[in-house]
Amino acid sequence: MGSITLKQVRKAFGDVEVIPGVDLQINDGEFVVFVGPSGCGKSTLLRLIAGLEDVSSGQILIDGQDMTQAAPSRRKLAMVFQSYALYPHMSVRKNIAFPLKMAGMDAAQQEARVKHAAGILNLTDYLDRRPGQLSGGQRQRVAIGRAIVREPSAFLFDEPLSNLDAALRVNMRVEISELHKKLATTMVYVTHDQVEAMTMADKIVVLRAGRVEQVGSPLELYRTPANRFVAGFIGSPNMNFIEGEPAARLGAHAIGVRPEHFAMSTTEGLLAGTVGVAEHLGSDTFLHIDLDNGSHIVARAAGEFPVHHGDRIFLTPQEGRVYRFDQNGLAL
Amino acid sequence: MARRVSETRRWTFTILAWLVALAIFFPILWTILTSFKSEADAIASPPKFLFFDWTTENYAEVQSRSPYFRHFMNSVIISVGSTLLGLLIAIPAAWSMAFQPAKRTKDLLMWMLSTKMMPAAGVLIPMYLMFRSFGLLDTRIGITVVLMLINLPIITWMLYTYFREIPGEILEAARMDGASLSKEIIHVLTPMAVPGIASTLLLNVILAWNEAFWTLNLTTSKAAPLTTFIASYSSPEGLFYAKLSAASTMAIAPILILGWFSQKQLVRGLTFGAVK
Repeated sequence: MGSITLKQVRKAFGDVEVIPGVDLQINDGEFVVFVGPSGCGKSTLLRLIAGLEDVSSGQILIDGQDMTQAAPSRRKLAMVFQSYALYPHMSVRKNIAFPLKMAGMDAAQQEARVKHAAGILNLTDYLDRRPGQLSGGQRQRVAIGRAIVREPSAFLFDEPLSNLDAALRVNMRVEISELHKKLATTMVYVTHDQVEAMTMADKIVVLRAGRVEQVGSPLELYRTPANRFVAGFIGSPNMNFIEGEPAARLGAHAIGVRPEHFAMSTTEGLLAGTVGVAEHLGSDTFLHIDLDNGSHIVARAAGEFPVHHGDRIFLTPQEGRVYRFDQNGLAL
Repeated sequence: MARRVSETRRWTFTILAWLVALAIFFPILWTILTSFKSEADAIASPPKFLFFDWTTENYAEVQSRSPYFRHFMNSVIISVGSTLLGLLIAIPAAWSMAFQPAKRTKDLLMWMLSTKMMPAAGVLIPMYLMFRSFGLLDTRIGITVVLMLINLPIITWMLYTYFREIPGEILEAARMDGASLSKEIIHVLTPMAVPGIASTLLLNVILAWNEAFWTLNLTTSKAAPLTTFIASYSSPEGLFYAKLSAASTMAIAPILILGWFSQKQLVRGLTFGAVK
């Protein structure tokens, strides 16, 4: 079991309100990702759930029980930190066994659980090493191992991959997703990387300035963003926003079109412009285009698209893929 | 790229460094040499450096006149005891200031340090009267507590600096792993801070060992450490330089040996965190 309910959770540091009041339901077994730009309060929200910070007001229920005032150790949650936070003076074995030792489990049982976790995470050969003798990816696995031996009701991840290099990050992303499938335990994962959010989440919570902007599955957010912020944050490269005459024609203050939703032609189309930079990746071509009306947009063509700097180009947004936003940035 | 240093420059600095080192060490060397002279040679003018009649009679005399071992044991008990007692108080104090700092933590640290700026003589009379009233004069307990109090600001400051180097996330991880506050301090913080705690311990044992003002004023015989033992050989009349030097040598030898063997630890502790 591992459902988490936040009821009007508010957090202020002195006079500064970082989280003005969040309501959120995380169901048992879900993989929920908190995503948002840095300083949006996503880590603070996670630490409130963990109990590492005290809430200013509101309620946190874990499996239906009020845990608002409970100490971190009583919440049956395990956390993986960005810096791994391993105990440098202990071997990998002792690191992983530490929560079991704190729980007063007998040595034989501890050893069995450590072996099991090490097996899952490919750490069996490293059990007697110190964290200092491991690579970044291995350390991260030890941190995850320390979390899984406790068999917690939910895992909390605080930007666990941001200290790893790009290639390793992709591997670990897949490993964590597979772990979630295997354990079927609730996971709450904080990241500023929307790609991580899109690839791993069952449910994404987009945060801005401590407020929940939208909650939904990755594709829900991609297809029906509630406002300009979510529309711009989800998807890579970012959605293009065009204001002025083309928007007014559709009865909106601004329209948004994703880079992948343009039909491109060198002869005719709705919007005309000049190619600035053309990035030819082989699998995709990204074109940075200065439209004649002055706006700058990015468009993606699948495969190779033979245009170069200075070429004239015409774009037509695909039918049904144009998002309309009002003055306040809300979706129409 | 390493900076290039010319040969002459290197030699100049090497010789200069040796001269400075010798100047610092010379008083100790002179004390040791004097302890092997006769009282007459000790005050000879011009001073005799190496060519005198070497004798160990001063050591025999000092041994027979006062119980060296009792003073030595008093020094050990007082310096180690006051340091351990200080650590017992300072570890939790430094923990709270390093990891749960409040608005006024910095001021508190400054205030603690400022107590070291006060001349000790300023509080001698009230301290002496208090000691007399509580029957603590010339007791090991009394002098141990006083030395602990005197060094507590330094112990707390040093530990605070070391603890600040320990990432807070590791302690939070321990909390998430179910460690209570005491277990967090015992199993995670203390082992990680061992180099820092060890050098704090060593430095404060040395400071307490060498402390003279309070030990001379608050002890006479029963609790008197080696400082009092040395002082008892200075007298207003007669020749005493050689015997005084022998007593001094015997008093500083143990701490010198301790310092020699722990110098690696001391340097490592004092530069803890300065270089990764």
